[in-house]
Amino acid sequence: MRIRALIRRICEQLLRDKRTLALLFLAPLLVLSLMYYLFNHTGNAADAKIGAVNLNPKIVEMMQQQGMEVISYEKADKDILVNEHLDALLEMQDSKIHLILKNSDPSQSKALQMKISQAAAAISNFSQNQGNAAPNLTFTTDYVYGSADTTYFDTLSPILIGFFVFFFVFLISGIGLLRERTTGTMERLMSTPVRRGEVIIGYLVGYGIFAFIQTVIIVIYATMVLGMNMAGSIWYVLLTNLLLAFVALSLGILLSTFASSEFQMVQFIPIVIIPQIFFAGIFPLDHMAAWVQVIARIMPLYYGADALKDVMYKGLGFGDIALDLGVLVLFAALFIVLNILALKKYRKL
Amino acid sequence: METTVKLQQVSKSFGKKTVLSEVNLSIEKGQIYGMIGPSGAGKTTLVKMIVGMDTPNEGLIEVLNTKMPNLSMLQQIGYMAQSDALYNELTGGENLRFFASMFKMGREEQKQRISYAAGLVNLTHELGKKVSAYSGGMKRRLSLAIALIHDPSVLILDEPTVGIDPELRQSIWNELTRLKNSEHKTIIVTTHVMDEADKCDMLAMVREGRILTSGSPEQLKRQYQVESLEDVFLQAGGQQS
Ligand SMILES: Nc1ncnc2c1ncn2[C@@H]1O[C@H](COP(=O)(O)OP(=O)(O)OP(=O)(O)O)[C@@H](O)[C@H]1O
Ligand SMILES: [Mg+2]
Repeated sequence: MRIRALIRRICEQLLRDKRTLALLFLAPLLVLSLMYYLFNHTGNAADAKIGAVNLNPKIVEMMQQQGMEVISYEKADKDILVNEHLDALLEMQDSKIHLILKNSDPSQSKALQMKISQAAAAISNFSQNQGNAAPNLTFTTDYVYGSADTTYFDTLSPILIGFFVFFFVFLISGIGLLRERTTGTMERLMSTPVRRGEVIIGYLVGYGIFAFIQTVIIVIYATMVLGMNMAGSIWYVLLTNLLLAFVALSLGILLSTFASSEFQMVQFIPIVIIPQIFFAGIFPLDHMAAWVQVIARIMPLYYGADALKDVMYKGLGFGDIALDLGVLVLFAALFIVLNILALKKYRKL
Repeated sequence: METTVKLQQVSKSFGKKTVLSEVNLSIEKGQIYGMIGPSGAGKTTLVKMIVGMDTPNEGLIEVLNTKMPNLSMLQQIGYMAQSDALYNELTGGENLRFFASMFKMGREEQKQRISYAAGLVNLTHELGKKVSAYSGGMKRRLSLAIALIHDPSVLILDEPTVGIDPELRQSIWNELTRLKNSEHKTIIVTTHVMDEADKCDMLAMVREGRILTSGSPEQLKRQYQVESLEDVFLQAGGQQS
C-alpha cells in the first residue's frame, strides 16, 4: 500500500523532529495559558439593543441618552430576547427589576448591568429629592448564555482553540511539504508510479494524525486545566477542530507550492493567517459594515470559530453547527482538488 | 535489435527559452547509452522527459513502445536525479524501504531487493544510520540504490558517479556492465567524465539543445580523427562556435 508507506514515512519524520513536535503540542498550551491570564476587559454598552417591559419611562430615557436602543414588549422571556436579537431584556414589577442578559459578549453584559443599575439608582435619588418615599429598587439577573461567572475569555477561548489548531497545522504541513519540494524528494517521489491523489491522501492522513493528537491535547488542557466553558459535547468540538485542521493542512500544502523557501512560507502568515483571527469573532462582527462581513465569510476560521462558539459556549448541538461544518468540508475539498492539480508541476500525469 | 527508447523530433522550451530542439534518438535494448555535453546543454531536461516527468512541446517520446508520459511505465524505469533527493531525517534503510513500497512488489521481494541494492553500493552496514550523517558520496550511492530498487528494465542515471571515489566508481560501472550483459537492461547515463563515456556502447554529444553527433566512442574518435574522447568533446564544441 503506497498510501500506508507515505503515512508511515511522514510519522517517522515528524517523530524524529522533537522541536517541531514541541511546537505542535506545547506551544499552543503556553499561548493559551498566557491569553487566559491576560484577557479581562470592560466592554461597551452603547449601541446595545434592549427590550423593556413595563419599565419606568425615566429609566428608559436615561438609557437612551447613553446610546442604547430601547424597544417595548408585552412580556419578558428568553425566546423574545433571542428571536428579536436583543442584547438584554428588562422587566419591572413594582419595585423589582428583572434583567435578562443575552451574555454572548460577557464584557458587554457587565457594562450593561452597570449602566442599568446606575440609571435605577439615579431614579430613586430623584424621587427621594422630590420628597416621595424611596421606591427602593431590587435587582435580579438572569443569563441566556453562560452565567455571572462568564468572562470575556470564555467566548474568546473557542476562537483561540480553533485558531491554534489552524495556525500550527498550517505552518507545519506547509513547511514539511516545502522541504520536500526544495530537497527534490517530491520530484523523486513523482518519478515512481505513485498517483498524485495518493500522495495528497498520504499527506492529509499523515499530518492529520498529528493534527488530531494536537486537537485532543488542546481541548483537554483548555477544559480540564484552564477550566474553560464546555457547555456542549466535547465530541463536536473535536469534530469541528479536526475539520478545521484538514482545511489548514490542505491550505498549507497548497500554499507551499507558491513558496520557494521556508522564509517565503512564513510570509504567508500575515496574509493568510492573521486576518482570519480578526474576522473569526474576536471582535463581534454584527455591527460592522456589510463588506467586512462578506470578507469574514470567505475565511475558513470564521466558520470553525462559529461552530466552536456554538458548542463550547452556547451548548448547541449538531443541527446548529452542521452548516458551518459543511462549509469547512467544502473548503477542504476545494483545496485538496487544487493540490492534486498543483502536483502536475512535477509530473504531467 | 529491439528499440527501448525512441525520441522523434522532440523540442522543449521553458517560456521563450528553447532548451531542446528537434532531438531524434533511438536507444537499443541492452545498451549503455551515454550523453555528454557542456553544462546547460539540456541533458537533464532530456532524460527527465524520457522518464515522463515533463512533456515535450513537440515531438514524440516512446519507452518500450509506449508513449510517454505514462504512469504504469514508471514501474519499468529507474531514475536517479542529478541532485540527491533523500529524506535526511530517516535512515538509509528507511529511505530504501519507502521508495520500494512505491512500486509493486511483494514483502519478501522487497527485502531481497533492499539488501541487493544496498550491497551493490556498499552501504549494507550503514543502513541504520540517518542520512543526515552520511557523507556526500554515501548519499550519491544511496540515490543509486533507490534507482535500482524495483529492478527496472530501463535505468536512467543523471551523473551517477559525482563524488564517488575511483574504486567504488569502478565497481559501480562493473555492475552496470553486468546488468547490461546478463539482464539485458537498457541504461542511459549522463556524465562529464570522459573515461566513463569510453565505457558506453553509444554516445550522444548534446550541445545547446541539439544532438551534434552520436555513435560508439570508436566511431566518434574516427570521425574527428582524434585519439581521445576529451578531444572529441573539445573539437565538437569548437566546430559549433
Ligand atoms: N524548469 C526550468 N525552467 C527554466 N529553465 C530551465 C528549467 N530547467 C532547465 N532549464 C534551462 O535549460 C537548460 C538546460 O538545463 P539542463 O539542466 O538540462 O542542463 P544539463 O545539460 O543537465 O547541465 P549540467 O551538465 O550542468 O547538469 C539550462 O539553460 C537551464 O537554465
Ligand atoms: Mg544536468
